[in-house]
Amino acid sequence: MIHFENVTKQYPTQKRPALDGVSIDVDKGEFVFLVGPSGSGKSTFLRLVLKEEKPDKGRVHVAGKDLARLSNWKVPHLRRRIGCVFQDFRLLPNKNVFENVAFALEVIGKPRRFIRKVVPEVVELVGLEGKAGRMPNELSGGEQQRVAIARAFVNRPQILLADEPTGNIDPATSIGIMKVLDRINRTGTTVVMATHDAAIVDSMRKRVIELEEGLVVRDQTRGVYGQAY
Amino acid sequence: MRAQFVLSETWIGLRRNLTMTIAVITTVAISLSLFGAGLLVNQQVSEMRTYWDERITLTVYMCTDISPTSICEENGAATEEDRTELAAKLDGMNEVDGYEYLTPAQAWQDFQDRLGASNEALAGAAQEGDIPDNYRVQLTDPSHYDTVRAAVQGSPGVDSVSNDRGLLEQFFGLLDVLKWAALVVALVQLAAAALLIGNTIRLSAYSRRRETGIMRLVGASNFYIQLPFLLEGAIAGFAGGLIASGFIVATRFTLLTRIEEWFQFDVALGTGALMYVIGVSMILGVLLCAVTSFLTLRRYLKV
Repeated sequence: MIHFENVTKQYPTQKRPALDGVSIDVDKGEFVFLVGPSGSGKSTFLRLVLKEEKPDKGRVHVAGKDLARLSNWKVPHLRRRIGCVFQDFRLLPNKNVFENVAFALEVIGKPRRFIRKVVPEVVELVGLEGKAGRMPNELSGGEQQRVAIARAFVNRPQILLADEPTGNIDPATSIGIMKVLDRINRTGTTVVMATHDAAIVDSMRKRVIELEEGLVVRDQTRGVYGQAY
Repeated sequence: MRAQFVLSETWIGLRRNLTMTIAVITTVAISLSLFGAGLLVNQQVSEMRTYWDERITLTVYMCTDISPTSICEENGAATEEDRTELAAKLDGMNEVDGYEYLTPAQAWQDFQDRLGASNEALAGAAQEGDIPDNYRVQLTDPSHYDTVRAAVQGSPGVDSVSNDRGLLEQFFGLLDVLKWAALVVALVQLAAAALLIGNTIRLSAYSRRRETGIMRLVGASNFYIQLPFLLEGAIAGFAGGLIASGFIVATRFTLLTRIEEWFQFDVALGTGALMYVIGVSMILGVLLCAVTSFLTLRRYLKV
């Protein structure tokens, strides 16, 4: 599903490459934690998957497509197959829960009837049934992140990328968020989650890829966060 | 593609930047009004030129006993030979289409006919014999006016040759200056309008960067992301164009009508010409705004 082959990415202002000859394979339906300290290359990895950045060297294949050969105007179609969740939720403050989730479908031109059918399903899947009419500022952090996950998942992407989704949320609420991500993973969606949260990684017992200074230092199925942290 | 979504986004953008939108509409309206007025004057002048070129005649006044000019005082009144010589000269010129001789009595009558209604005092004061006999010369082509005029001027017995064309040219020259002034100011204003639109769209893109960021992320196409902004510019341009159309129509019915009255000239610009000017102004306004928006977006809305 995601295939990195000797990928190097160097930002012009930095001396050390953000990713240095990284090769990673993530299969369909996998749940992968991407761990490592700040600046280790986790975000660069995610940005490369979305084709927000281009690698300097190596190949990136996502959902069977060679991104180097994907023309710019086809990038939106790639992104429709990838859902994204961020630490800061990125909800639209002037839209309620339903509208925030529906927005993702409206802007790719889905018909209204379809939207009315699938949005409530996804809102229920993330555990927000009965709260579709709430505004983001009336929701807790955990609930806002659930809305963001619903928005990322409503178009049934093949891949869900989560960049520290529990970074702004207390540990008890984080467990709920992880349950939602796990539920999504069980529908066959590949989930890649970058995180600093050792407790979550240890409790989930999923595959762990550790990056350090742009290199893969560990790739473990059913791994833990690591002793050093 | 969901039209309703795009339109509501456009409307939100226009409302959110209301003051800038008003500034854009005003600037566009002023510049297009000036532009349209310039075009109108241009059309009016070219129509008047054609009108007058067809009708313009050369009037050759002969010397009489009471002619006050130095030429006539030296040589005395025109003799029959002078007239024959002049007639022969006119007959010999290719540029002359034909001519008509008016005796002093006919000339006086003609004067009365022309001025009687509008200026009775002057018409009444003139007596038969005050108006010298003259030749009305029609030209084959108005561009030969000066050649014929120069050739006839020195002829014996000739007092003066009217210079209607010179007068008209002065007037047309004035209108030309007016036209160019309007077009130059319009151009400067249009440039200002373009900068304003650029800024407005930039503001709009900035204030909606959350929305566009999410749209990008969930895979909305570039066209879909940019369209509301393009429409925002185009609508502002269209609104400015509408206001300008009002001014253009007003110009037509006030300024140009005046000019026609002053010149006692009855070729009014038709509705067709007016629609043409309005159409050109509107298209220019909408295009200018849409293109500026597009160029701004390329810089400020990374997709």
